[in-house]
Amino acid sequence: MAENSPTTVLSSLNQGLHQSLQDDPNVILLGEDILDPYGGSFKVTRGLSSKFPERVLTTPISEAGITGIAGGLALRGFHPVVEIMFGDFTTLIVDQVINHITKFDAMYHGQTSAPVVIRTPMGGRRGYGPTHSQTLEKLFLGVPGLRVLAPFHLQGDDPIGSPGKLLYDAVIQGSSPTLFVENKLQYPLKLLSGDDIKEYSITDRGALTQSGLPFYELHLKGAPAADITLASYGYMAKLALDALHQLAYQHEIFCELLVPTQLAPFELAPLLSSARRTGKLITIEEGTLSLGWGAEVLARASENLGAELKSARRIAAKETVVPAAPQLEAEVLPGVEDIIQQVREMV
Amino acid sequence: MNRNAELFQKMLTIRSFETLLLEKFSTGIFTGTTHTSLGQEANAVGVLSHIQENDVVVSNHRCHGHFLAYGGDPLALYAELMGKPDGVCGGVGGSQHLHWRNFYSSGLQGGTVAMAAGMAMAEKRKGDKAIVIDFMGDGTLGEGIVYESLNMISLWQLPILIVLENNHIAQTTPAELAIAGDISQRFEAFGIPAARIDSSDILEISPLAEALIGRVRNESRPQALIIDTARLGTHSKGDDTRPGEVVEALWQERDPLTIHGSRLSEGVRSSITIKIEAYIQAAFTRALGKED
Ligand SMILES: Cc1ncc(C[n+]2csc(CCOP(=O)(O)OP(=O)(O)O)c2C)c(N)n1
Ligand SMILES: [Mg+2]
Repeated sequence: MAENSPTTVLSSLNQGLHQSLQDDPNVILLGEDILDPYGGSFKVTRGLSSKFPERVLTTPISEAGITGIAGGLALRGFHPVVEIMFGDFTTLIVDQVINHITKFDAMYHGQTSAPVVIRTPMGGRRGYGPTHSQTLEKLFLGVPGLRVLAPFHLQGDDPIGSPGKLLYDAVIQGSSPTLFVENKLQYPLKLLSGDDIKEYSITDRGALTQSGLPFYELHLKGAPAADITLASYGYMAKLALDALHQLAYQHEIFCELLVPTQLAPFELAPLLSSARRTGKLITIEEGTLSLGWGAEVLARASENLGAELKSARRIAAKETVVPAAPQLEAEVLPGVEDIIQQVREMV
Repeated sequence: MNRNAELFQKMLTIRSFETLLLEKFSTGIFTGTTHTSLGQEANAVGVLSHIQENDVVVSNHRCHGHFLAYGGDPLALYAELMGKPDGVCGGVGGSQHLHWRNFYSSGLQGGTVAMAAGMAMAEKRKGDKAIVIDFMGDGTLGEGIVYESLNMISLWQLPILIVLENNHIAQTTPAELAIAGDISQRFEAFGIPAARIDSSDILEISPLAEALIGRVRNESRPQALIIDTARLGTHSKGDDTRPGEVVEALWQERDPLTIHGSRLSEGVRSSITIKIEAYIQAAFTRALGKED
């Protein structure tokens, strides 16, 4: 049981880690600057080193090295969690993820596996500039053997909140290597519950997927049948929800929002069934457009729905750097207005 | 069997396995690539004769010798190289990617050093006195992750023996074109003691390895062992750009089987040879007969 119910995505993730360290003596956290009193660059690990000093290790600035070490720990029975301080730095762990950690299971013919969980904050809108603001998870989508997860800011049924529960399960179950993608602006988001969501109908369609992980379908209660399906995840799903609300109240356009928490492997049944109903699909992501999450979603939608998919679009970042200055950054990253405009063009 | 005969037999098992492998490669039974340890058998046997059951061995692309010295089954290895379901990894791994009991090999240079460090951390935490033996080549000193790993290995005093098999060449690149400075100092700079031996004689390598393994185990700390050695074969199947006379001279001076074999009587040597060659031939034939 959580000590205090978490109120934000940040505290939910923190409690997810806390709980996993508490429940499983094989959990070990590794990361740069994660010790108290600092507690990590974004404070996700705050309090953990004080409570579990033996199992929360601060490391040198060696992303590849610590990810490799986590791989070795996992092969020998531990459940390591690595924090990569900024998502941008995941470029440094690619060899460990693609050629090592995710290989062992299949290449050693199922005799062993390395269930490492790598957590990292992606995303901009904090003015950190080109090398500290990127959304790079698309580089990891479609790596065989790698699960990519992204939390959504719902309270959900579990006392630690759905983001923390998603993380807790990934760590504790130790079933497969996982990249857990957080977003800097998601951290302060309040976990939606009670009055925040009483306007919405929220259904978890996860049972339609193999993983069974949450796959939310949201629309306004009592709204007419949706005109269009929006698909998004992580922090962009919050912006998509804002857009959905404004479109209904200001433009009388009704959308259904589909939010997976497992990005890869691609298990899209709930999303495809919504797109089949509406015939229109927009994917929304914060990474750059080409070969991104949306590209794969639309490819699969097209393969599965054929002519039932009447129109489809992707919303994503412009294919350039993420500038430091707020007004320049806003031109590059997709926002609520971009979503509203795209939806209005399509209906 | 006395100790000398036993060591000879273990090295000959590797030699016979790989000689037959190379001989049969051109017949198309095996596919892909293979890196043999011809000339380096004394390293594999000299080090791995001293491990205990729970110890972990991490190896690289040139892993057949390590695998066989670890106790791996020649039949299962042949079957693996033939791509059969009865292979060590069901034919998925092939020559470079083996896992059996606590033996792990992989074909990427450098990255496995970090993995080995993590394994040593795991064993240290379990407190069962198990250690990790990590084999690497001189060329792999070019990879950055090696130094990230050495730093953490020392920082956290991980129980690992890094065995650097310095055959002075990486594929076709001589060490002089790739390695600056002194190899021992690369370890010592991180506070990891490095013992260095220039030898292909198992009776020199084995006691040194035994002492170092004992120290790593008892003191739970890292150690490097640099073995200056010689690659007598090609890098993989047929790629050797060294002049023939250079390789020939290495065969004359650095063949661990000749060096150690001379300690045995003609009779003992030939009876072991007949026995091991028949054993390896039988493993090959039986592997060949396994279902695809
Ligand atoms: C990361 C990486 N780069 C390049 C290679 C290709 N490669 C395989 S073995 C090898 C030479 C390795 O030399 P060394 O470490 O000295 O080992 P040796 O072959 O001499 O045993 C190279 C370049 C590889 N497997 N992995
Ligand atoms: Mg070499």
